[in-house]
Amino acid sequence: MALSLFEKIWREHVIRDLGNGYALLHIDRNVNHDLVGSLVFEPLDKLKRRMPFPELNFATMDHGIDTDPGRGDETKIPGGKDGVQGLRRKSKEYGVHLFDLGDVRQGIVHVITPELGIALPGLTLVCGDSHTTTVGGMGALCWGAGVTEIEHVLATQTLLVEKPKALRILFEGRVAKGVTPKDMILYAIGQLGAKAGNGYCVEFAGEAIRALPVEGRLTVCNMAIEMAARFGMVAADDTTFEYIAGRPFAPKGALFDQGVRYWRTLPSDPGAAFDREVTLDAGKIEPQITWGTSPQDVIGVSGRVPDPAKAPNAEQRGYLERALKYAGLAPGAPIDGTPIDVAFIGSCTNSRLSDLRRAAQILKGRKVAKGVTAWCVPGSGQVKRDAEAEGIDRVFRDAGFEWREPGCSMCVALGGDKFGPGQRSISSTNRNFENRQGVGVRTHLASPEMVAAAAVTGRITDVRKLAV
Amino acid sequence: MDNFDVLTGKAAPLMRANIDTDAILPSRYLTRSSSQGKAGFGQFLFADWRFDDAGKPRPDFVLNRPEYKGAQILLAGENMGCGSSREHAPWALKGFGIRCVIAPSFGEIFFNNCFKNFVLPIALDAATVGKLAAQVEAGTGNRTMTVDLRQKTITAPDGSAIGFTIDEQRRQALLKGLDPIGETLLMWDEITAWRTKDQAKRPWAYLPKSG
Repeated sequence: MALSLFEKIWREHVIRDLGNGYALLHIDRNVNHDLVGSLVFEPLDKLKRRMPFPELNFATMDHGIDTDPGRGDETKIPGGKDGVQGLRRKSKEYGVHLFDLGDVRQGIVHVITPELGIALPGLTLVCGDSHTTTVGGMGALCWGAGVTEIEHVLATQTLLVEKPKALRILFEGRVAKGVTPKDMILYAIGQLGAKAGNGYCVEFAGEAIRALPVEGRLTVCNMAIEMAARFGMVAADDTTFEYIAGRPFAPKGALFDQGVRYWRTLPSDPGAAFDREVTLDAGKIEPQITWGTSPQDVIGVSGRVPDPAKAPNAEQRGYLERALKYAGLAPGAPIDGTPIDVAFIGSCTNSRLSDLRRAAQILKGRKVAKGVTAWCVPGSGQVKRDAEAEGIDRVFRDAGFEWREPGCSMCVALGGDKFGPGQRSISSTNRNFENRQGVGVRTHLASPEMVAAAAVTGRITDVRKLAV
Repeated sequence: MDNFDVLTGKAAPLMRANIDTDAILPSRYLTRSSSQGKAGFGQFLFADWRFDDAGKPRPDFVLNRPEYKGAQILLAGENMGCGSSREHAPWALKGFGIRCVIAPSFGEIFFNNCFKNFVLPIALDAATVGKLAAQVEAGTGNRTMTVDLRQKTITAPDGSAIGFTIDEQRRQALLKGLDPIGETLLMWDEITAWRTKDQAKRPWAYLPKSG
């Protein structure tokens, strides 16, 4: 029987089929962060039970911590320190792998799990964060869970899960020069809408996906949740296996070879059934930029902001009017040339070495425009170290960017990192929701290159005009 | 232990699409749970919509209007609770007194998290949600609805009955107030047997015992 990648991984993890579409699944990896802190350990404390499989559980600090150089446990946001210290205490008590502040392995959860070889093809991996979809780019089944579900995982290494339907999005053809994985996923969300993936596991496939390096696949899967899909994935292939080889928590030697043989059986079989299939023409995609308050509010950089007067119905008109009011944009205006106040490169979407390298190519020999605040927050200690070894930090600093410590930073606007009311931000993050980057902040999502281009011109700019 | 069977209460309409969990509970309050646990989030529900920059209630926001004081049911637009997985969103709803959310569709993680906290999310077609909102807003003074999880029915303000569907397993968990960890631990022998077999098949997926 022809099976999809999703179906194969799902079936392999079913401990008991509970009927009605539910199953108790084995969870191969769980990752905790400082926001779930010590709270998720409480049921274990109460049961006076040891964690059954601490070696499959990991912890790092990313959400609430500051990203200023020289930071410690103290955070600018009240309570952040309690999360950091609580997670540290409980991780040590229960024997969970901990990548603490100051450890080169510390970083954004979804950056470090592929980087450290914690995430492997064919695994189930959960984390108390919706962007866990990111890690599906390794060819694994990865999803965000709530605190109560994480409690269950820590206590049992299993989770009761409702089986999603399967959606495949095929990017046929090749992308044009200057078009990035971020543009591909933003384009897909714009085409399909912010709720298109509800109830689905999305497999991203097609020529343009196969051509992507692992880091690009992670970027694409990162935003599956922004089309309401709880799971996103890309089939593992030789590109993935080469990426995994030699990483600290990846299998070694004969075990690695055995893994590869197994992983080669996972891609969707020809003729595998999907509940829905969508084909997109990758060649049509231009650099994308959001204009509103949902990731679905996205256009090509040569496009115009929509005009509510042309909306097909009252509901749509109301939606557009509300979004434009928050965004402070005129109906029908071209987006290219819109002045910005702040530029941010970072987050689990776009803070990996390849992202920083590409942004640095735009920044090289240029300066951040007068009046613009620009930040770069590398995704992990390792990314930061590698970037510094290549001199990328110098390019960012010379251009006028702040070069900060790893963490979620301005993606979630915790840890005291936030922008001011009414400021217009261009950001390599994943959510342009109202108030996401600080009360009243207007966020435009784009690729790191587009952020770099806007930072140096002071305006939303088609990066292709600056690229060499 | 908590449970949910029949709820009779006032309904408030917040008929926007794509209400994200950042709106339901803004990020800056998330770290509170590190020291305060799951309680006390009701005061921050929809904080950026409920309050102005000076922290004063915005009189036009639906939950600040006197006619919706004490609302226990929230009517919302499609894709309700999209975005972040923060369980703080249902904690805030529950802390504020809202025990049921009715919308055409929900963000899945939010939907799941609601059940874990005995807040009942009900998906109805958009026209029916719109009809309920219209009745609540009509100004007849009756904004009360009854949600009966035993019968799987909603009694609208105009007295009409509307059936809803809900997964039976989730329904039972709400009615009985089950303890999910306790339930799973009852299957421990089965889990251990499964794991022994799996370790032989996927040895590369496991890591050395720590400590």
